[in-house]
Amino acid sequence: MAPRFYRLAETGRKVVNLTLDGQPVAALEGDTLMVALLSAHGHLRRSEFGDGTRAGFCLMGACQDCWVWTEDGERLRSCSTAVSDGLNIRTNPPEVSWSDVL
Amino acid sequence: MSQSVNNQSDVIIIGGGLMGASAAFFLRQRNRSVTLLETGLIGQQASGVNFGNVRRQGRPLFQLPLAGRASPIWRNMNALLGEDVEYIQSGHMRVCYRERAELADSFETYAREARQYGLDLEILSGNALRQKFPFLGPDVYAGSYSATDGHANPRLAAPAFGRAAARLGANICENTEVVRAEKDGVDFRVTAKGGRVFKAPVLLVTAGAWGNALSEQFGEPVPLTPRGPNMSVTEPVPYTLMPTVGVSTPLEIETVYFRQIPRGNIIIGGSTRAASYPDIRRAYVKPENTLTQLREIRRLVPALGRLNIIRTWSGIEGYMPDSLPAMGPSGTTSGLYYAFGFSGSGFQVGPAVGDVMAELIDEGATTTPIEMYDIRRLKPVAV
Amino acid sequence: MVGRALNTLKVVIIGAGPAGVRAAQTLVAAGVRPTVIDEGRRAGGQIYRRQPDNFTRSLETLYGTEASRAQGIHDTFDGLVDQIDYLPETLVWNISDGRVFAVSEKRETTIEYDALIICSGATDRLMPVKGWDMAGVYSLGGSQVALKSQAVSIGQRVIFMGTGPLLYLVASQYLKAGAGVVAVLDTSSFIKRVVAAPKLMSAPDALINGLKFTLALKAAGVPVLTGIRPLEITGDVESGVSGLIFETGAGEHREIKGDAVAMGYHLRPETQLADLTRCEFAFDEKSHLWYPKVDEDGRATTANVYLAGDGARILGARAAEVSGKLAALACLKDAGAPVLDNEIMALRQDMACWKRFATGLREAFPWPAEQAAKLPDETVVCRCEAITAGELRRTVNAMGAKEANRAKAFSRVGMGRCQGRYCALAGAEIIAAAAGIPVSEAGRLRGQAPVKPLPICIEDDEAAAAISTVRELTK
Repeated sequence: MAPRFYRLAETGRKVVNLTLDGQPVAALEGDTLMVALLSAHGHLRRSEFGDGTRAGFCLMGACQDCWVWTEDGERLRSCSTAVSDGLNIRTNPPEVSWSDVL
Repeated sequence: MSQSVNNQSDVIIIGGGLMGASAAFFLRQRNRSVTLLETGLIGQQASGVNFGNVRRQGRPLFQLPLAGRASPIWRNMNALLGEDVEYIQSGHMRVCYRERAELADSFETYAREARQYGLDLEILSGNALRQKFPFLGPDVYAGSYSATDGHANPRLAAPAFGRAAARLGANICENTEVVRAEKDGVDFRVTAKGGRVFKAPVLLVTAGAWGNALSEQFGEPVPLTPRGPNMSVTEPVPYTLMPTVGVSTPLEIETVYFRQIPRGNIIIGGSTRAASYPDIRRAYVKPENTLTQLREIRRLVPALGRLNIIRTWSGIEGYMPDSLPAMGPSGTTSGLYYAFGFSGSGFQVGPAVGDVMAELIDEGATTTPIEMYDIRRLKPVAV
Repeated sequence: MVGRALNTLKVVIIGAGPAGVRAAQTLVAAGVRPTVIDEGRRAGGQIYRRQPDNFTRSLETLYGTEASRAQGIHDTFDGLVDQIDYLPETLVWNISDGRVFAVSEKRETTIEYDALIICSGATDRLMPVKGWDMAGVYSLGGSQVALKSQAVSIGQRVIFMGTGPLLYLVASQYLKAGAGVVAVLDTSSFIKRVVAAPKLMSAPDALINGLKFTLALKAAGVPVLTGIRPLEITGDVESGVSGLIFETGAGEHREIKGDAVAMGYHLRPETQLADLTRCEFAFDEKSHLWYPKVDEDGRATTANVYLAGDGARILGARAAEVSGKLAALACLKDAGAPVLDNEIMALRQDMACWKRFATGLREAFPWPAEQAAKLPDETVVCRCEAITAGELRRTVNAMGAKEANRAKAFSRVGMGRCQGRYCALAGAEIIAAAAGIPVSEAGRLRGQAPVKPLPICIEDDEAAAAISTVRELTK
């Protein structure tokens, strides 16, 4: 799927490696998780109510549309989370169900 | 002021919660003319803000006939009312913690006795408990599972009864605050704010936390305390927690419970109840109580710690010192009936309360035992 | 708090945008050490949001004509940091009994206050359009954040749609940054701007900037259309936005292609925190917004609560600086500190000028309330819960809900993660239109904690202690 966001400047930053649904994503240091994911992919998650994909809306922590799952079943608000090496993100709730025993 | 014919009916009900709205519905089914007076909107107070537990287990044994009468009404409610109240027979699990292992014995005793009332409970512990409910935390010791209990949407149930009653011809008056109720010869005379007067030979008070303000006018004050439930709801997540689960403990701060709805949100209730304010019709969630609730819910289901709550709320519930309602005929005034003060556990029995009160008013007696709720047992607290 | 020595006065400021920074500065100058709690990683608010440390663009690139103002706010705040207690990346999620309940890094911090100055700012005001729930639709403010703080564009071919000064500002910023701008579609008619011009002259430089943005867009060949009505954002629920169908001012239906839509209809105040302090609200007929009641200097109806910035009144960033100062002075005065009446009078005069300018903006770029009644039933109103206009109307028509909180209880509109930030105002218009009542009668959604999602794993020593105390007592 085509990316949704396009970088216009500040592209000389250090690369940070994460994965989205198991696929590698090369982000840049200083990216928010949302920008990192949408610079590589068309959406962040699927609506819980079966009405398609979602890719955030307000980018300022107000609309709560951009929450993603980590592979470990944690929740992250991607527009206000800075990227860090080794983050593994899922657009769907992970196979390790959120309700499995910790 | 002239009295229109409209203002005369067989029964006046004051208070449009689940009890009043369902009583109006069942009285109409019995062809009694009904006027229901509600200060705000139908089902807006305790009936609309509670947890939504449709649970028989855990109630006093003597209440099981009433609770049992409610079960088939809940199961058939969508057909009965022509609206979906989101009732699900999800099962209900009552658990105790390791440090109160003795409660497991009381679960056994309760299960044995409840069977006589047609309530089948399964006691689980050890591996059986872990297998069936793997999400429960390590502190959980044992549980009592009721497969036939469930939950429903409190925001929908009472209003659905109100609309169904209206369709059957009940006169539902919302935004009608009662300022005075008195018996005037054969009729009760109920005056609303603005001067409107309603008359009927029978008066049923189903005014929840405001019930005392009315019973007092008939010389029967009761020691009713308004409190507010402590509620939270999570973001929607995949639907995996079928049964409602609640903690049995003598400590209010530990008493938490949750249910997941098929849309995915998990509704969490319990830990300390706050004060509520009937005079201004408001209740406020105390953040301290949200924090103890979240801590205790993690103890019950550690995996919930991964999620967020997105909203909290409270409301106005009327509590009696013995946690039992005033339900039945007045001790002072013939033609006067009460059904209020359900002390935070009225939702499940609600439709049966309406049914029983309709029966009692229509036939002069009911087949369901209610004498233990007689208002005369309650004495006001000396100030 | 009267008579308390200023150096012991506990003042909490929520928000470190222009209002919060000026309030803090004013208090520090008077000898108070305030606590400043801000959700942002760095101070500046949304308008003067800073880019990450390793970014290199100049202030002029980021803030254009407002670069020196942004720098002023940033420098002022940086200079205050040693004289305040600063809690960045901290969310105030509830307020109760003179205490703010805040969370940072999943840990609770509860802070007592003698006075509370809320500078909670604004978010985009939205009117739904069919398809706005698809991937690739962003708020105008969000589109600006993407560019300003992350140097990205929300798409390759961006359609800007809505109304208000931000529409032209963000579109021209995108253009300047080299992003593809397909069109600027404004629901307001051009004539409204002409009529509002005298009021807009209250801030001639702002007016001139606005005109420059429009000219730059036109010079670059970007179609700028006024008086339009959006009909549908087209696309696919899987792959997202592919274009927009709209009605021109002349009544023709047109379709344009694009892979992103930036939309917004000016701003709405963030008032949940004020609501949690149990402030009274009043409906403003002209803007169709509910505002907390404040006096001239920002005193709310709840004692010791002060409101400043766009969270109190949508008057813009420059007015926010003034109202931040005013609120702090009001607080100092109420605490018994010597405050010069002349200073207050001068600030009030500044505010009067900004109010006149804001009135001009509101008249030039009106909220298109009339669209609500025309939204097709299948249009999603509440993005969080995916509830449509038809479902909301059904709660009015079939269930008798004629008030916003009642309609929310029945339909779940406003019950989702965002707590109605993005659907409540349009939802009220839909309810009012369906019920045939004025929108003021449809009311407003009451604020409910938590203001934003609160992690269940939150750690709080007080809660832990409260529970152990109860357990100990019963042993």
